[in-house]
Order: sequence, then structure tokens, then C-alpha cells
Amino acid sequence: MTTAAQPFLSVDGLSVTFPTEDGRVQAVDGVSFSVERGKTLAIVGESGSGKSVTAQAIMGLLDRRLSVVTGHAWLAGRDIVAMSDDEVRHERGSSMAMIFQDPMSSLHPFYRIGAQLSEAVLVHQKVSKHAAREQALDMLNRVGIPDPKTRIDNYPHQLSGGMRQRVMIAMALINSPSLLIADEPTTALDVTVQAQILELIGTLQQEYDTAVVMITHDLGIVADIADNVAVMYGGRIVESGSVDEIFYHPQMPYTLGLLASVPRLDQVRAERLDPIPGNPPSPISLPPGCVFQPRCAYFDRVAGHACQTVRPELLDIGRGHRVRCHLDSGQRDQVASDVLAALAGGGV
Amino acid sequence: MTDASSNDDQVLRVTDLRTYFPVRSRGLLSKTIGQVKAVDGVTLSVAPGETLGLVGESGCGKSTTGRTVLRLIAPTSGRIELDGDDITRMSAKQLVPLRRKAQMIFQDPYNALNPRHTVGTIIGAPFDVQSLNPAGGVRAAVQDLMERVGLNPEHYNRYPSEFSGGQRQRIGIARAVALRPKIIVCDEPVSALDVSIQAQIMNLLKDLQDDFGVSYLFVAHDLAVVRQIAHRVAVMYLGHIVELASREELYSRPLHPYTHALLSAVPLPDPRAQASREQIRLRGDLPSPINPPSGCVFHTRCFRAEERCTVEIPELREFSAGHTVACHFPMLEVIPGAVIEGPDSGLTPQPVPYIRPPSEVISDIAESGSLARAAGVDYVEGPDTPVPQ
Repeated sequence: MTTAAQPFLSVDGLSVTFPTEDGRVQAVDGVSFSVERGKTLAIVGESGSGKSVTAQAIMGLLDRRLSVVTGHAWLAGRDIVAMSDDEVRHERGSSMAMIFQDPMSSLHPFYRIGAQLSEAVLVHQKVSKHAAREQALDMLNRVGIPDPKTRIDNYPHQLSGGMRQRVMIAMALINSPSLLIADEPTTALDVTVQAQILELIGTLQQEYDTAVVMITHDLGIVADIADNVAVMYGGRIVESGSVDEIFYHPQMPYTLGLLASVPRLDQVRAERLDPIPGNPPSPISLPPGCVFQPRCAYFDRVAGHACQTVRPELLDIGRGHRVRCHLDSGQRDQVASDVLAALAGGGV
Repeated sequence: MTDASSNDDQVLRVTDLRTYFPVRSRGLLSKTIGQVKAVDGVTLSVAPGETLGLVGESGCGKSTTGRTVLRLIAPTSGRIELDGDDITRMSAKQLVPLRRKAQMIFQDPYNALNPRHTVGTIIGAPFDVQSLNPAGGVRAAVQDLMERVGLNPEHYNRYPSEFSGGQRQRIGIARAVALRPKIIVCDEPVSALDVSIQAQIMNLLKDLQDDFGVSYLFVAHDLAVVRQIAHRVAVMYLGHIVELASREELYSRPLHPYTHALLSAVPLPDPRAQASREQIRLRGDLPSPINPPSGCVFHTRCFRAEERCTVEIPELREFSAGHTVACHFPMLEVIPGAVIEGPDSGLTPQPVPYIRPPSEVISDIAESGSLARAAGVDYVEGPDTPVPQ
């Protein structure tokens, strides 16, 4: 059905709204992206940017009675948004899987990990219980659990945080899904364990030719593993492109602000960082124009009051790079070179 | 209680501090069957206006150290001197006046503030507790503080739930600086915040230090954050300080294998630099602090460990001015002016692997080939992806 060149997952105009006491909240607004098999897309954003809701919508994890999902999410040519709950449940765990930030809340505390892994196999494959357990053992071995023959009979609480995250990865990948969505999978882990887990995800991705969507707030992780990047803000993608485009030719003031805000391990920045002023917007009361305008330092360069009144479109500026900004290309280049020069000059 | 013999120029001086937690057996007649050695012989000091970063992974004892030096947790042994006063065994009553000198900022701004108190009450509480009447009244003082930390003074009567995470952390900071303390223990103050807010709070902490000359003991797991804010950095592992140096020294010339591994595990927000970097991957997890490994506590995960490391506990030794490390086989190049011979230096400087600083590595790793070979590191795993053009 798909070849490597075609995207395995293609999201088109995905929107999610929740009705709340304060009215309808547009958590995700017209998000489009695609991922090929064997490639990694990183979705970067701060809290409330809609990155996790996007993932949950694709995985069919949002309660349809409480949320309205529109648009399309094509998985190998079939639209997940249009599928029934049963159909989505069948895809989940077999052709697509998800790993979460907190492994303890995703593993059942009363069942041995072997039983939980075998169940994942038995639901999706017609095999004997014994064969399922063999698969579970093999998978534990593959994700680097030491002494898997003993560990398979452990309960989740008997494992360390890093080991639990490995078990969750084993459970996600046991039916060799073609799409893996990882929502902040290493945020709760120490850096040395994080490095192990990211390496493991990369190795298994190559082995199974998996399309990976990595949701993170950590630009270091993005630089480490992503092929393509989508930056989300206020429920929208505000900039997207290849990892090189985003890190070395950023165009959107928000992306530039993020890069300027991050303290660096490999260089001493100026004594003071240059943060983005203000706070991320609440999805309940988004500004009417560009969602980033209240925190943007450059909106007064745009003629009229376009930034305060008109939602900018996601503009294709070539090389697969898209930007949602009212500044014209000359202004964007000027802003980008100013910020990047200040960053380079800030180091001592 | 003032100890004349102590060095009074340090705001905080901690000597051989140990904090053990008992492990009890189950049942009615529970007995102590072991001890969690959360802090096991920590010695450090903080000068006025200085920020000492305390870094390490979860379970290394960094937060327990921070809480013990404020006497929020009782120390098992050792000595804590706050601004010249020995507070190790002081009673809670004796400690009250000294609490003016030392304050704390917590990681979670949601749980550190009483949801039923207004912001004004929260920030004004230190004045009440200490029975202080600032000139112009508490309300004016609180509103001054709110303005100083970037909050709107008109929000005096609001509740914490009406503020965002970053603003709540500002409330916690205003409360901590209310009495102009000499030192603030910051326990992961920015790790729960978004990247853009994190930078705002770090700038605020720096500004307050410039204005009031306050010292910080900055407990954090994020090495990049610590590099941005600390003057000196102590690296902890399993209750011990394994390396302590100035920021410049620690990040450009780390000597302890654990410091190396920690630094190399942090991904850089720069795809080309990250792809060309070789990384030391530590195997396994942290050992249990109930039953720590013999000898050097790091030897079970160390890529340079030899038999000596399993039996002999390495002492903290100074290798150059202000740069101390507890390791039998530190990763030192020949440092001009380095103090190699110590009172008991079993150390011979012949196999001197030279680990280049990350900045240098990034610039020339592409042509120079393997860092591992150059460095003589025994166990290095690197990404096998080619360097992108």
C-alpha cells in the first residue's frame, strides 16, 4: 500500500474542539503534517500548544462525546478520523502505538509485566499463550532489560523508572507498528537514562522501519533525533521544515525566541538570557490576529494592524519550509539574522 | 554560638554532612534494619553573592542536602554553619531568628503555595512569623516585592490559582526574598516551567542576586541551566560530591568520569554539533543507596574502573586551584600548575588521557576522527550516523 517515499501518516487540517464552561475551546486548529516510514517528526511546543491533543486525536484517544475532531489523519491511505471506535481500536497497538511520559500510569500495577505484554500480543495476533509469552520475552530482551527471564514475572513497581519506560516501549512495539507516537517519553527520566531510551527508540525504529512522531519541549532531543520539525503555538503549527531549516534558518519570531531562551551546555551565553516576554496564551481566549502577536517584538513592523486582526496563513517559503507570519521575507531574514547574530555574539 | 574559628566570609559552610534515613522492618515491633545513606559526607561552602550549583541524577541526594542545610531535615552527623553560626544542633526555637538569613524556593509552584491564602498573605507571611513591621507597613512592603519580581501589585488580593506556573514561581521567589536573606536554597526552581518562562525566572534570580547580593545553593538536574546561573558547580552521585569546580573548569575540563558521562548525555540543541559528538553511555541504573557499592560508589557504572576502585574509597583531592575530584583515575590532561602530588596521592600522571572540551570537539571532530581514540576512553558509544553537510 505504501512505499518508503509516500508518507505513512498524513495529517490534513486536523482540528479539535472541546466544549467547556467558558465556551468551545479550540485546542488544535488546522494542523497538517506527514511522516514517512523510518523518519522522525518532532512536534515542539510549550504547555497548552496543542501538541499532546494532536497526538491523542491521531491515536483515537479522545472521547468523541466530549470532543469534536475534524479534518483527516490518513494512516497508510485510510482516514483514522472517519473510522469507528472499534476500527481505531484495532489499529491502535497493531499498526500504530503510543508511549507516554509516565510509564507507571500506563502499566497496570496489579499485573505482571509478562502478562501485560502477552495480552498486547493476544489481542492482535492469533497465537497461543505460550507463543505470546515467548514474544514478550524476546521483546524484553530487545529493549535491553537485564535478565528478562526473571523480570518478565515482576510487577511494574519492582522496576526502576528507566526499566518501566523500556517495558512500555516493548509493549508499544511488540506488534511491530508502522507508526510510533512518543509523547515526552523521557521527560521524567535522568539524562543518562534518557540517552539510553532515545538510542533504543532509534535502533528499533531502524529495525522496524517505523515512522516516529516525537512530542517534546526539549530542543536538544529534537536536534538529536528529528528529521523534520513542526513548531506548535496556540494550537497551530507556526513553523515547520527539516531539522536543519528550523535550527539554522529559523524564520518565525516564536522559534527564534525559543532558540534564544534555551541555556546551552556547550557555550556560555550572555549573563542574561533573552526570553520571550509574557506567558503562552490560554486556548480559551486566543488573541484575534496572530496567536503570537502579544509576545512578539516585531509586530509593529507590519503595515496596518494585520498582526492584531488577521490570522496569518502557513506560508510555503521553499525547501519544504513553512512559516506562519505576517512579516515579509526581507523582514523575516532581517529579524532572523539579528537574533542569531546576538546569540552568536552573546557567548564568551 | 558564634564560632570564632570558622571562616566568617562564607555564608554557608557544610562539613562532612551525613543524612541517613532509617529503613524499618514491617510489623508492630518494627526494627531498624538498614539505612538509606542519602547524604554521605558532603563538604561545601557558599560565599556571599555566589551561586553554587548542585547537580546530579534523581536519588543522588542533592535535594536532601539542600533541605538538610536549612535544617528542614535533621542531619545525622556533620556540621552546618550559617553565616558563622553552628546550626547543626539548634532547637527549632533557636533557629527562628536565623530563618531570616536562609530561605527556600521549591520546584513545584503549585504545591508550594497555600491555595486558600491570598498572594498578599503568602508573601507577607515571613514578616508575621518574624514579628517584623517594615517601614510603611506590610502591605506596602509586599507590593514593592511583587513589583520587584514582575507581578502586578494590584493582584495583592488574588489567589494562587489565578496565576500561571511562571507567575506562581515569582510569588514563591518574592516570599523567599522578603526578609533579604543571605542565602536561598533553590530546589529545581525552573524545571517545572516552559522554556520561555524558565529563561525569565533565571534572569529574575540573577537580577535579585545583583541587587541584594544574595547567595544561592542551586539544586538542579539540568546541566545547561546550571551552567547559565552558577559560579561554581558540585556534582553529586549517590550521596557523595564527586567533583567540585568553577563553572568554567567543570564544563571545559571535567575530571570525573561521571561528570563526563553526564555532560555527554545531554543532547545539544544544535543538530550538526549533536550528530558529530561522541557520547559516553552509562550502563544500567543508579545502585540502591541502602546498600551502596564498596570503594568508589560509581565503580559499578564507570568505564574506567579498575580493581582498586572496588575496594578503596577515593578522597576528594584538589587538582588545580578550586577544582577537586574524588576519583582514582581522573580524566586529566597535564594541567599547567596542577597540584598532582597530594598528602596521599597514589596517582601517577603517566596515562594521561586528554579529553577535549565539548566546544573544541564540536569544531574539529569531523576531520579528526574518533574522540574515543584520541581520549583513550575505554568504552565509548557514538552515533553511527554520518555528519550531515
